[in-house]
Amino acid sequence: MAERTIRIMVAKPGLDGHDRGARVLARSFRDAGFEVIYTGCHQSPEQIAAAAIQEDVDLVGLSCLSGAHRYLFPRVVELLRQQGAADITVIGGGIIPDQDFALLTDAGIKAIFTPGAKLDAIVAWVRTNIKPRT
Amino acid sequence: MGNSPEETEQLRKIRAGDVRTASRLIRNLEDGLPEAKSSLKRIFPHTGRAHVVGITGAPGAGKSTLVDSLISSFRSNEKTVGVLAVDPTSPFTGGAILGDRIRMQRHAEDPGVFVRSLATRGALGGLAKAVGDAVHVMDVMGKEIVMVETVGTGQQEVEIINHSHTVIVVLVPGMGDEIQAIKAGIMEIADIFVINKADRDGAAQLMNELIAMLNMAPESASGWRPPVIRIGSVFEPVPFGESVAELSAAIGDHYRRLVETGLLGDRMRRKTMVEIHEALRDAILEPILKGLTESGEMEQIAGRVLRKESDPYTAAEEIARRCLK
Repeated sequence: MAERTIRIMVAKPGLDGHDRGARVLARSFRDAGFEVIYTGCHQSPEQIAAAAIQEDVDLVGLSCLSGAHRYLFPRVVELLRQQGAADITVIGGGIIPDQDFALLTDAGIKAIFTPGAKLDAIVAWVRTNIKPRT
Repeated sequence: MGNSPEETEQLRKIRAGDVRTASRLIRNLEDGLPEAKSSLKRIFPHTGRAHVVGITGAPGAGKSTLVDSLISSFRSNEKTVGVLAVDPTSPFTGGAILGDRIRMQRHAEDPGVFVRSLATRGALGGLAKAVGDAVHVMDVMGKEIVMVETVGTGQQEVEIINHSHTVIVVLVPGMGDEIQAIKAGIMEIADIFVINKADRDGAAQLMNELIAMLNMAPESASGWRPPVIRIGSVFEPVPFGESVAELSAAIGDHYRRLVETGLLGDRMRRKTMVEIHEALRDAILEPILKGLTESGEMEQIAGRVLRKESDPYTAAEEIARRCLK
């Protein structure tokens, strides 16, 4: 049996149109051998959760640079749980003040990457923490 | 052999349209899990109801945007829709960026729409290996229309005809002279042509070339002549919407023609033959290749061929004699 391919969705929730970071990260995931579904800007948490389930991803990476992460990130986790998809891991990145880390991790965000995070480190985190679900 | 309660439940859920169960099965089929093959056997008797529409054309021709508009059009007629959108896998890393979905996200929350992205994973011909299997899953979910969007294609990627009842070839102006229109390959497989971005220069010329080409084509068995539908800018919503409605109607007309003339059966037969071929390849070739690779014999054979002590053809014949007794 061939090794299973990790599938990742990179998504930008909310009214933030700055997606260079998300696209650079998507490219890095591609180069790491992952399949990346990119859904573009201006997504509602509901759209992101629905798409993650339709695509059967292992990981959702949320990017937010607008400051609305305190609502948007936990809402995605909550919707996945409500739809029986709590096994999909959610991580986040963007302009996230240190004082918000606890709120997000308590809400179920498994890792947070902020400006300066190395692409290699994010890929390594995925390799260590994400196994294709069975 | 009876089914386990889990197996029965999986079939029930897929037939009830459960997205989680269906998307998981598609994933397992892509990954080639043996239990997924068993599931496929169980759902197979329930396939054959969906109208499968293939959409192909060059990269950037506007396929995903058209699929998005067609979803709206089919939904306004209360048809349920499945979409399989294929994008290429990197030949170097095995990774992929699957970006067709960006154009279709406004339908993400509509329970009547299921969009699934697939990476080619080395398959040639413009599709992923698991496309046929994934079409079956969406069919059994009860999706009335299943649209399959190929990777951006060139001249030769015609695999889509083996998986579709209706093939739409999307062209854009300015891609070459009139000789392109008479070449073999992708220009021959269309049941419907779309001239997309028809507000651009060269659309009228492309239209004329297509009409000239179609006038020379022998009449098809169904008497169907591929219509050429011009679709302009998406930023002119009223004419754009009218053109998409025209395309949607043409898709329905083509299917009805296939049914009325009995040619739907021919297309189903062609699709079935391809499925049997592929299943045979999986059943025979894959285990042989796996055995040769795992035993290290493949490396030895490659070494002999590289040193010109043997050649690929003799080596293959020897393996075939040994394995296919």
